[in-house]
Amino acid sequence: MTREEKSGRLGGAFLLIGVLLLLFGSYLGLAVAPRERFMGDVQRIMYVHVPTAWNAMLCLTAAFVFAVAYLWKGGWRWDCRLEGALEVGVLLSGLLCVQGSIWARPTWGVWWDWDPRLTTTAVMFFAFLGIIALRSFVDDPAQRATWAAVATIVAYVDVPIVYFSVRWWNSLHQMQSSPATVSPAFYLPLRTNAFGMLFVMAGFITLRARLARRRLAAQLAPPPALTRAAS
Amino acid sequence: MLSAALRKEALLQWRGLARTLAVLAFGGTALLLFSFAGGPDSGALREQAPGYLWLALLLSSTLALSESFDGEQEQRALEGLLLLPAPAAVLFYGKALANLLQLAALGSGLLPMAVVLYDMPLPRPWTLLGILVLGSAGLAAPGTLYAALSARARARQTLLPLLLFPLVVPVLVACVKATSLSVTGDPMGQLRSWTLLLVCFNAVYWPLCGLLFDRVVES
Repeated sequence: MTREEKSGRLGGAFLLIGVLLLLFGSYLGLAVAPRERFMGDVQRIMYVHVPTAWNAMLCLTAAFVFAVAYLWKGGWRWDCRLEGALEVGVLLSGLLCVQGSIWARPTWGVWWDWDPRLTTTAVMFFAFLGIIALRSFVDDPAQRATWAAVATIVAYVDVPIVYFSVRWWNSLHQMQSSPATVSPAFYLPLRTNAFGMLFVMAGFITLRARLARRRLAAQLAPPPALTRAAS
Repeated sequence: MLSAALRKEALLQWRGLARTLAVLAFGGTALLLFSFAGGPDSGALREQAPGYLWLALLLSSTLALSESFDGEQEQRALEGLLLLPAPAAVLFYGKALANLLQLAALGSGLLPMAVVLYDMPLPRPWTLLGILVLGSAGLAAPGTLYAALSARARARQTLLPLLLFPLVVPVLVACVKATSLSVTGDPMGQLRSWTLLLVCFNAVYWPLCGLLFDRVVES
C-alpha cells in the first residue's frame, strides 16, 4: 500500500469514527440529557458549540506547530499539513461564530455582542482567513510555504488571547466549563461530541494534506516537454 | 549597524516626502468623510473623534507601509542588502523604526485636523503623544513584516490590509480607548491598563517580527 493510499484510508477512518461519535453524542445531547433549568432546550447547542470551540483552537494550535516545524526542519509534508490545518481551523472558527450567534439570540437577545470573547474569536477567524488568501496570492511553492508559516506564527498570538479573554476582561460570555461547573448529566454528550469533532478534524486535515501533496507534486513536476526529452 | 540602516531609511523617506504628504492628505480626506458618515451632531462627533482619528491613521498606514519595500524591490536591491555583513533583523528594525517615525508623524499631522473638524479637546497633549507613539509602534512592527511579505505577492494592496487589520485590532481598541480617556478625562484610572495593553502588544510583536523577518526575505 502506498503512502497516499494509507493517508487516504486513515483520513477516511478518522472521518467515519468522528461522524459515528457525533451522531451518538448528538443523540445523547438531544434525547437523553435533561433540559437545562434556566435556558431550556436552547442550551443543547452547547453540545456542538463547546466541542467546536475546543477543536477550533486545537486545530489552529496544530497549524502553529506545523508552521514552526516547517521553518525549523523544512519538508513539504509540514506545509501540506499546515494548509490542511489552516483551512479546517478557519472552517471551525467560522462555525463557532455562527453557532455562538444562534445561541446568543434567544439567551442574550442579540445575534452579536462586542464582548471580548466574541471579538477575539472574530479576529482569530479573519486573521487566519487572511493567511489562506495569502497562500492563494503566492505562486512560488517555497515562498508560499515560508510566508504562510511566518504569518501563522504571527497570527497565533491571538489564540491564547481568545482562550483567556473571559478571565482577563469582564465578559458577557461565561467562563470556561470544567467538570466542576458542568452537571454530571451533561458530561457524556459533551465529551462524546468533543472526541467526535476531534476525529472529524483529524480526518479532514489528513485528507486535505493529501490533496495538498498531490497539488504540490503536480506543481513541482517538470514540464511535459522536459519529461519527454529525458525519456 | 542599526543606526546605518535607520539613516538609510530616513534618507529614503526624506527623499519620498511628497509621498508621505500624499498619504497625510489621504488621512485628512478620510477624517472629513467620517464626519459626513457620523452626521452633523457636533457632540457625537466630538465623542467619536478618537475612533475616527485612529481609523484614519490605520487606513493611511496601509498606504505608507505597502510602499515601504518599493525601493528594495527595484533592481533586486534587497538581495544586495542581504549580502551585507549584517543580520536581516537589523534591516527589519531599521525599516520598522523608520515606519514608526513616519506613522507617528502622520498621526501628529492628523491630530490638528481632528481637533479642527471634530472640536476635540486636548487637555493632556503629552499623554496623547505617548499613545500616538505606542500605537504607531504597534502598527509598525507587524506592518513592516507583512509589507515585506506582500511586496512580492500578487494583489499586495489587498493582501496587506487583509493580513494586518485583524492582527492590529487590539492596538486599535487600546489606542481609541486610551485617546478617549486622555481627551475626556479618566476618573476610574483606566488609562494605565490600556497603555499596558499597548506596551504588551509591542513587547510581543517587535521581537517576534524581528525573529521571523529573515525567513521572509531570504525565501
